[in-house]
Amino acid sequence: MPDIRRRSLLAGIAALPAAGCTQLAESEPVSDLFDAAEDWHRKAHRTLASRQALAPEYPPDERSPDIKGNGTVRIDDASYREQFAQGFPDWQLQVRGLVENPLALSMADLKALPQRTQITRHDCVEGWSAIAEWKGPVLSDLLDAAKVSEKANFIVFRCADVLYGRDYYESVDMVDAYHPQTIIAHELNGEPLPEKNGAPLRVRIERQLGYKHAKYLTAIEAVESFDEIYGGKGGFWEDIGDYQWYAGI
Amino acid sequence: MKRHALTTRLWHWVNAIAFIVLFMSGLNISNAHRFLYWGDYGFDPADAWLVVQRFPAWMTIPQRYDLAESRDWHNLSAWVFALGLFVMWVMSLINRHFARDIATTKSDWSPRNWLTAIKEHARPGAHGDRSYNAVQKIAYGLVLGVGLPMMIATGLAISPGFEVIAPWLVDVLGGRQSARSLHFLFAWGLAGFVLIHLVMVLWSGPLTQITRMITGGKRSGEINA
Repeated sequence: MPDIRRRSLLAGIAALPAAGCTQLAESEPVSDLFDAAEDWHRKAHRTLASRQALAPEYPPDERSPDIKGNGTVRIDDASYREQFAQGFPDWQLQVRGLVENPLALSMADLKALPQRTQITRHDCVEGWSAIAEWKGPVLSDLLDAAKVSEKANFIVFRCADVLYGRDYYESVDMVDAYHPQTIIAHELNGEPLPEKNGAPLRVRIERQLGYKHAKYLTAIEAVESFDEIYGGKGGFWEDIGDYQWYAGI
Repeated sequence: MKRHALTTRLWHWVNAIAFIVLFMSGLNISNAHRFLYWGDYGFDPADAWLVVQRFPAWMTIPQRYDLAESRDWHNLSAWVFALGLFVMWVMSLINRHFARDIATTKSDWSPRNWLTAIKEHARPGAHGDRSYNAVQKIAYGLVLGVGLPMMIATGLAISPGFEVIAPWLVDVLGGRQSARSLHFLFAWGLAGFVLIHLVMVLWSGPLTQITRMITGGKRSGEINA
């Protein structure tokens, strides 16, 4: 009865995605396969484009009317509220970790550095996009000033916001950390960064999705690996939601 | 000679699985932001040209809302889907499946021939042992040449990491949110094709048709010679 066997095979194949996917997804080989697929995407992107290839920039009249705030849009912490009310006079951004020359920069220090202004598109993992002008010092200038050790493989961004009871953080590799459009933005469309978009400082990782663009920055840390940092997957959503660390797709 | 070449059969089933996984995980991804826009940007539901319904769990992979896991299924199957289509095209050109079975001639574009083809197939089980008719050639040609490649092109255009490789692709498609809207429309267009395809298989003798797509079957010339 080959036809019946074939039919039950086909029925099995048809039922596989519906019933079996969740169990499959949680099995180690499939979850390894997911990570491998993401790794192939990253390698394909890095192979086919120059490491310094720029994300598109837009003229001022193509900006969207606003840029949506997502994730944390307000911080209730008392010291943040006080800083926010006063325009962040005592806010400090540390550059630390595997660096020869750790830095603690004030907002004035950051504004005194050479600035980059770019009108870029922000793509959220949910699917929406907004276009806005961002301004701030280029991250590579900060890293050069701090003299990052050759042992460092990643740059971790520490944040002041707490989501679902956990500190937000993110990380990128050195290719994106030293990318010319990776800036520490303090202005959005010519105004100080609004609270919903990460006041006073947010990083722009223009070739990746929005969850990589950490907001409310307090420190930039050069590390060899993120095994010891929170959940060990290199970012808040990576730890709690199994989002992929590479968010270029 | 086989009716369906081994590569055609392999691709058909691998692609069927990849398409089902992509479509169902795609519906889950759609649930993350159920609004479609034209142009480069779009985030405000007030600007949406289409408010998409929330797809129920039974239609999605996984069978609950989980954006991260549905993206994992989607971005894994996308490799199978895209590389599979590439191999299928190369083989179809080499083994002349395209030239022999799918490429149309002038008479295939006459609406009268379309009507004849449809009338001939109105009777159950009437599906022929002959080569593809005009409607089939055009449908398969559009799916292989336009529908499936457009899924890949619009999918790549949504990826910010791919955009730096081919920024022109996003421009040609009218901006990232247009590419996202087209990705959705072409996906449903292909789902419509799959539905008609399945109805036609059921109509024309599903056992024979499925057996042929597994074993390869025989060319009609050899049966009727």
